Amino acid sequence: MEREVQRVRAAFGSGRSRPLTFRRRQLEALRVMVQEREKDILAAIGADLSKSEFNAYSQEVITVLGEIDLMLEKLPEWAAAKPAQRNLLTMLDEAYIQPEPLGVVLIIGAWNYPFALIIQPLIGAIAAGNAVIIKPSEVSENTAKLLAKLLPQYLDQDLYAVVTGGVEETTELLKQRFDHILYTGNTTVGKIVMQAAAKHLTPVTLELGGKSPCYVDRDCDLDVACRRIAWGKFMNCGQTCIAPDYVLCEPSLQDLIVQKVQEAVKGFYGENVKESPDYERIVNLRHFKRIQSLLEGQKIAFGGEMDEATRYIAPTILTDVDPGTKVMQEEIFGPILPIVPVKNADEAIQFINEREKPLAFYVFSHNSKLIKRMIDGTSSGGVTGNDVIMHFTLSSLPFGGVGSSGMGAYHGKHSFDTFSHQRPCLLKTLKREGVNQLRYPPNSQSKVDWAKFFMLKRFNKERLCLLLLTLLGVLAAVLIKVVELLSLVENPEVQAN
Amino acid sequence: MDPFADTLQRLREAFVSGRTRPAKFRAAQLKGLSLFLQENKQLLQEALAQDLYKTAFHSEVSELILCQNQVDFALRNLHTWMKDEPGAKNLMTQLDSVFIRKEPFGLVLILSPWNYPLNLSLGPLVGALSAGNCVVLKPSEISKSTMKVLAKVLPRYLDQSCFAVVLGGPEETGRLLEHKFDYIFFTGSPRVGKIVMAAAAKHLTPVTLELGGKNPCYVDDNCDPQTVANRVAFFRCFNAGQTCVAPDYVLCSPEMQAQLVPALQSAITRFYGNDPQRSPDLGRIISQKHFQRLRGLLSCGRVVIGGQSDECDLYIAPTVLVDVKETEPVMQEEIFGPILPIVNVRSLDQAIDFINRREKPLALYAFSNSSQVGLDEVKQMLDRTSSGSFAGNQGFTFLTLTSLPFGGVGQSGMGRYHGKFSFDTFSHHRACLLSHPGLEMLNNIRYPPYSDFEQKLITWALGSHSCTLL
Repeated sequence: MEREVQRVRAAFGSGRSRPLTFRRRQLEALRVMVQEREKDILAAIGADLSKSEFNAYSQEVITVLGEIDLMLEKLPEWAAAKPAQRNLLTMLDEAYIQPEPLGVVLIIGAWNYPFALIIQPLIGAIAAGNAVIIKPSEVSENTAKLLAKLLPQYLDQDLYAVVTGGVEETTELLKQRFDHILYTGNTTVGKIVMQAAAKHLTPVTLELGGKSPCYVDRDCDLDVACRRIAWGKFMNCGQTCIAPDYVLCEPSLQDLIVQKVQEAVKGFYGENVKESPDYERIVNLRHFKRIQSLLEGQKIAFGGEMDEATRYIAPTILTDVDPGTKVMQEEIFGPILPIVPVKNADEAIQFINEREKPLAFYVFSHNSKLIKRMIDGTSSGGVTGNDVIMHFTLSSLPFGGVGSSGMGAYHGKHSFDTFSHQRPCLLKTLKREGVNQLRYPPNSQSKVDWAKFFMLKRFNKERLCLLLLTLLGVLAAVLIKVVELLSLVENPEVQAN
Repeated sequence: MDPFADTLQRLREAFVSGRTRPAKFRAAQLKGLSLFLQENKQLLQEALAQDLYKTAFHSEVSELILCQNQVDFALRNLHTWMKDEPGAKNLMTQLDSVFIRKEPFGLVLILSPWNYPLNLSLGPLVGALSAGNCVVLKPSEISKSTMKVLAKVLPRYLDQSCFAVVLGGPEETGRLLEHKFDYIFFTGSPRVGKIVMAAAAKHLTPVTLELGGKNPCYVDDNCDPQTVANRVAFFRCFNAGQTCVAPDYVLCSPEMQAQLVPALQSAITRFYGNDPQRSPDLGRIISQKHFQRLRGLLSCGRVVIGGQSDECDLYIAPTVLVDVKETEPVMQEEIFGPILPIVNVRSLDQAIDFINRREKPLALYAFSNSSQVGLDEVKQMLDRTSSGSFAGNQGFTFLTLTSLPFGGVGQSGMGRYHGKFSFDTFSHHRACLLSHPGLEMLNNIRYPPYSDFEQKLITWALGSHSCTLL
């Protein structure tokens, strides 16, 4: 493990990953890989999550292609130095912020979107000029194996390395030193990652999870709301970090919601959900049993069917859920939708705030004032109003958590910035030392006043022109006087006369 | 008995109540800071003089003015900063509202050091308050006098339900760090930085760590030795060398060294007189512990300038060392004193290698007299190294620019602040998408089941070639 990291570090040290042309070539190669090996990629994801080719394509591959294209388009702009505003003290200097690569980045992926959650961060890390060690989740075995095979075929083998393995290998890997770690996964391991990073003072981006609440107001288009909630909830069989985890609504809405979600489910997956090609399976037996245990003692409004052999769990809704029960204690990450009745929006806000800050917050309402009030009154990684999941799809929005749902963010420019060091630079010349006399000791009160003037005043062009004109005027006056004096000195006869 | 539990509970409740969120409240807090600085100028100058032998001038330029600047800048820009930042939309979200909401994290802990005890407390505080957080400030116990002013006087100018100063040494800080905070801002050494981050990890608390390191100062053969000596000596000896961004050591050729040493002597004499111990403009070392540490460094290499020390006065003379070996202590730890070792390199490449073999510093300095604006050697040094900040032909004046972020990289730190960067550091950037409630027809395309036609259409619509549209 140590040798592998050292090898990658040495490759970074060569400076090869820094020129924009190189980064561009790698991103283009990545694009070619995704296009040429599409079938293999979709098959691997399909094998891991029982996902149809189309779903794998629309949920993972498209996202990745979009990100590559965005990065290719914007790279020159984002990698360029940005000039910074100066003050009077520095007005003749060059001041700017230069983005730079950090060095060796570690990306630890998750198993629920095993391809996108590795490749999307990878795109940002490459674009920012880093070398990368990629550690896909061992739970999504097929995708991990495929990435280990494909990436070295298309990308520079010394700069970008795939490391496979389970908990043991990851622990070993985390002992090594990196310049940034991006981890997607759960809170418990997130803490372990940050602890390991602390030993080397490595900055981290942690994309974790939590229970993302979904408040449904009485004043909303319930058909649309339920359809969207069902779509977001049952996508990937509930195994989405930003899936609406549970619903909060007034008691009178419960039955209607159950009915409409049920209708939506039927519309999506047909009468026999098990046979729909668009419905996925739980990733492994451990999670299957975990989710199964969440149903104990719950009132199942519909669904609840399970098949251990195929790890199938039917879209399920629970009603009148007691917040103290297990299903409300951990992130569900499965196709179970609890409905917790609350009196009103205020109670919902209180309910949400009593818990850890979630990765996403959803609210459905026609009343924009209510939506605003709920956003203002809560905190979460991100928000989508009157829909679910969608804030993830906009690369202009940073994707990340807050509190126990994570720290840092990525996607689009946020990826580029996350994997860069934004280095401030101030370049001066060695000339004009005269101007510096002001700051050197020995010091005096007048120097204080001058210091205040130079440091507190902002560099304002119009004022500066005025100042310059004034100074010129003063200079002119002084010069005239000096010339007069000089001529007097040189021609005493004139003076005498 | 947990001495902090009550205070933290109180502050948390205040945050939950929403008191710190309105712009009016935040502006009032910032104005309070401003008033604190203005009304207690003399008190603060006296405290700084007692702690670090700072003259009124030094206190003004390195602490008071910078604080005032940060407060004024924040007040001027608060409303703009607080506004939601609009985000670019794609084809599918054209009718939606897309923005990034800046929100306070909640309860922020600021741990500040002793070398610029006012500035490094208030600087982050400005950011934390303007971002709407409740704040616990733990100033360094080593800069005792300033600590007392901050503990006794500062709270009077702020809303005490949302702000508290806690005191203590390493043990108390350790206990404080067991509690959960929503953000921790630490300025200090890398060693303690690791401890802070490890403690933060237990609660998944994000951190900004402003640490340190050995800031290299490369001096090219092609430059005027006296000008360089002026700038280097000034920034090295400022605050008796106790500045995280001070040039720590010089890299130059033996030929340049021969010219630089007399020039440095000349600069030092000019600034501090023949007996620097009598100059009011040279600071003192903060404590016995650091004095002893620095005195030990005086025996490294060979002293060519200075080398004197006075234990009773905690005085170390502006000192230049030559013939230092990389393995000696003076080249192993951050000096943080008025001692400047010179290490010889034979070329720019050698200097760059030397720098890159070591930890990334907080600041990097390069001096060269290239007549082009391009400043070749300087640019090369910049391109081929990494550091928190970079200055060409200059000292740490970049600190005065609120438009430049201030922070480290690698061992010298993570995160940044100053100006708007402070506000952004202490804010959670919440991605918000408010979907248009109608037009469900357009959305039907995303729901299963997917007919062959729909699959083709979606693939095309979201596909790469139309991504430029998106």
